[in-house]
Amino acid sequence: MTDTGLGSLTTVHAIAAPRGYGAWRRLLRHRSFVIGSSIILLLTLAAVLAPLISPVDPSAMRVRFRFRPPSQAFWFGTDMFGRDVFTRVLYGARVSLFVGFAVCVVSGLCSAILGVIAAQFRRLDGAIMRLMDALMSFPAILLALGIAAALGPRVSSVIIALTVAYIPAGVRIVRAAALTVREMDFVQAAQVSGASSLRIVLRHILPNCLSPLLVHLTFIFAYAMLAEAALSFLGVGIQPPIASWGNIIAEGRDYATEAWWVMLFPGIAISLAALSLNLLGDALGDMLDPRLKGGE
Amino acid sequence: MEEVALIRIVAVKFLQAVPVILIISILAFLLLSLLPGDPALIIAGEQASPAAVEQVRRQLGLDRSFLEQLGIWLFNLAQGNFGSSLVLNQSVLSAVAERLPVTLSLAALSISFTIPVGVLLGSVAAYFRRTWIDSAVMTVALLGVSIPAFWIAILGVILFSVQLGWVPSSGFTPISQGVGPWFASLALPALILSLFQIGFLARMTRSAMLDVLGQDYIRTARAKGLSEWRTVGKHALRNALILIITATGILLSAAIGGSVIIEQVFALPGIGRMVVQAILARDYPLVQGTMLILGFTFVMINLIVDILYTLADPRVRHD
Amino acid sequence: MIMPLLSVRNLTVQFRVDSGWVTAVDDVSLDVGEGDCVGIVGESGSGKSVTALSILQLHQRATTRIPSGTITYQGQDLLRERGSTMRRIRGSEIAMIFQDPMSSLNPVLTIADQISETLRQHQGLTGVAARKRVVELLGLVRIPDATRRADDYPHRLSGGMRQRVMIAMAIACKPRLLIADEPTTALDVTIQAQILELLRDLRKELKMSVMLISHDLGVIAEFAQSVIVMYAGRVVEEAPVAQLFRRPVHPYTVGLIAAVPKLDSDAPRLATIAGRIPGPQEIIVGCRFSPRCALVQPRCRDEPPLMQPVSDGQSARCPPRILVLGERHG
Ligand SMILES: Nc1ncnc2c1ncn2[C@@H]1O[C@H](COP(=O)(O)OP(=O)(O)O)[C@@H](O)[C@H]1O
Ligand SMILES: [Mg+2]
Repeated sequence: MTDTGLGSLTTVHAIAAPRGYGAWRRLLRHRSFVIGSSIILLLTLAAVLAPLISPVDPSAMRVRFRFRPPSQAFWFGTDMFGRDVFTRVLYGARVSLFVGFAVCVVSGLCSAILGVIAAQFRRLDGAIMRLMDALMSFPAILLALGIAAALGPRVSSVIIALTVAYIPAGVRIVRAAALTVREMDFVQAAQVSGASSLRIVLRHILPNCLSPLLVHLTFIFAYAMLAEAALSFLGVGIQPPIASWGNIIAEGRDYATEAWWVMLFPGIAISLAALSLNLLGDALGDMLDPRLKGGE
Repeated sequence: MEEVALIRIVAVKFLQAVPVILIISILAFLLLSLLPGDPALIIAGEQASPAAVEQVRRQLGLDRSFLEQLGIWLFNLAQGNFGSSLVLNQSVLSAVAERLPVTLSLAALSISFTIPVGVLLGSVAAYFRRTWIDSAVMTVALLGVSIPAFWIAILGVILFSVQLGWVPSSGFTPISQGVGPWFASLALPALILSLFQIGFLARMTRSAMLDVLGQDYIRTARAKGLSEWRTVGKHALRNALILIITATGILLSAAIGGSVIIEQVFALPGIGRMVVQAILARDYPLVQGTMLILGFTFVMINLIVDILYTLADPRVRHD
Repeated sequence: MIMPLLSVRNLTVQFRVDSGWVTAVDDVSLDVGEGDCVGIVGESGSGKSVTALSILQLHQRATTRIPSGTITYQGQDLLRERGSTMRRIRGSEIAMIFQDPMSSLNPVLTIADQISETLRQHQGLTGVAARKRVVELLGLVRIPDATRRADDYPHRLSGGMRQRVMIAMAIACKPRLLIADEPTTALDVTIQAQILELLRDLRKELKMSVMLISHDLGVIAEFAQSVIVMYAGRVVEEAPVAQLFRRPVHPYTVGLIAAVPKLDSDAPRLATIAGRIPGPQEIIVGCRFSPRCALVQPRCRDEPPLMQPVSDGQSARCPPRILVLGERHG
């Protein structure tokens, strides 16, 4: 309800702000985006290049070097087996980032497919959404705990467990977006002009659901990394000797008062990773969701 | 007429919950069949004698057909039988009931920290948007949702129990032994449990408040000459609270989920700790039954939240 | 000379945008005398609402600044006032109603609640006394079945009824000045006429001054005694209504008058001014109307024109036209 001044009778409609103009530049000016993406890029780089950055074997036990505090030789100190904590944190980043990324991709794909099906085929909507309600009735970490326990302590079970736990929220988001887009003029027009429903879904509906899903998945990335760490900490996730941030902390916990460094650094690493992803999610949300942008 | 509409809304929500409860029951049943290989063997342990494995198989009804098993499972559930623990010599229901006060105390205490602090922080940040106050508050909230609870819990124990000696480092004191000791045994765990939730709620409140503060009726309230306090505290917050009600289900879910981890760190004998121990001891029926009870509880909580939402918003209530 | 109730002098309002500050209202001056009814007209985006909101300082503090100007109400400079003084004036001395009655009422509070809030704030009325006054006010704005309506939530009312509630709220404390910002724009034509009639009656009854803002010169002509024409943040012409219609000076005013639908004419099409109003961030040297002006001359694009008196009570910001008209009449 805006006032319909005289101007609107003539040309105002035709002149809209050029869309997408400078979107990338705006993103680069967004402080949260720059900080968030820099940290996550650095962490990814460190994880990928782990063997180059630290040529030591992360599981190599050298009892002579037990519980060395942080120093020139051992940046983050050593643990009860004399393993280098810095190296283990680097290798832990590989596991955490991989789990987070895999959960994102798999749950993103499942959410997109299920969400669009629920929105497009109304007969399946009830069934899909009740299933999602059921999955959502378990606290995510508990659901993941149950599934991971049933599937056995492996990287793949952690990924499957977290994927199942985070699918329902994604499905809801995609479905809501798809339902909104479906009602929009250009989709209705495409329908009237006889486009096939597959074509409508692929060309119109899906692309318009992607930005809310992308924002959501950025947060899921962070949640999944935190949850993986928690599962591994509880002993249900990644098992030693494979280093994961969660199980390094679990191992360091018993010596936390004397050898504080063993549990301190992996904790900082998780926090930093989750923080950067949350910042990134906030920035993307700001940029891609016009409703949120209007609120600023 | 209004009451009729309200009753109808509530009835519809109840009806929608029925299939969800059924699906949860089946999902919990399927959890056991996820176990790779022979569940009886896994549960009894690799070293168990064939007779012991057979014993477990019969006890769990695994010698029957799949559909028969499902039927028995649902039949038992309908009678309030959630199975029994293999290790504890207890039915799941009584095991859960025994540990409920711990988990409930922890969750309730953390929620009672969370809601006032989270709503206040979020509202302040929204009101002072784009100032240093906003940045400071939102940084704290961001840390809250980013720092893993189990890690900060260990740091908290080192600082407050080991170094300062303010609170016991682990264990639970029932409220029957005095409110003071009870509170002392839960204060730190509850506080740490609420950090994530406070962060979450503050972020959610801020965006709800930003939405509301930009509305025309806020300008109307100011144009009437109302104080900022009344404008924000009454006109804006009431509208924002409706949006925030929907978050309480997520908050409770996060509180229970988080308590699984926190109970483990602080050795609190609650449901979460029981589940983790059951998993490590391969007491799958206990895991299954507990998950199911929690699932049912959350269906109910979500139902109540939904109904509260309906009651709180006159627009939904009447239409 | 007697002092007007409200006097705005050289008001400039700027907004912060990505690239700095833009000027939405530029050097605006206007007076509202005791009992007067002043109309402000101009296309959407010409700065009418911004002007009105800055009188009560209802704009967003963080992104707005007022680098120059004074707003004098009964001898008091409102721009120097903050906090409690402004709050005492808002709603009791100067009240305001807005364009969209759908969104201007709080959806989660009852109508009685929202009206009695004003009464409590300024007159200390509570309980039964407030309730009685609320019903009385709802009757005054001709809402049928006022006792029952008072307990309704806004969404149960139609747009016209909601605007009546807004008016009831505004007149609750008998303000000296009512600012009505496009009060009928969101409403159907028939409802529009009823609301205008209600405002006209209330103005007489309560002896209040009214500042009526509209993009529709037809509405202004029916209601106001004097008119201020705004374009792109500036006042381009002001005159008594009759004078303005008889002898419009500024080409923009001429265009606006041509656009008023004539009831006796068969032609259904409205004449419109070609082109589009510039936004505050668009830089136009000289007269801001020159890109759309049919009578544009080279000098119009060189320097911004000044406001010049034309005749008694009429002045305009268009030196070339004033010159031509002056020669023709003089
Ligand atoms: N808060 C704001 N921030 C930036 N620009 C604004 C703001 N409010 C209004 N404007 C701009 O100021 C100009 C005048 O607006 P307004 O006074 O609402 O016009 P109208 O005459 O239609 O009431 C418009 O171009 C509008 O876009
Ligand atoms: Mg306006």
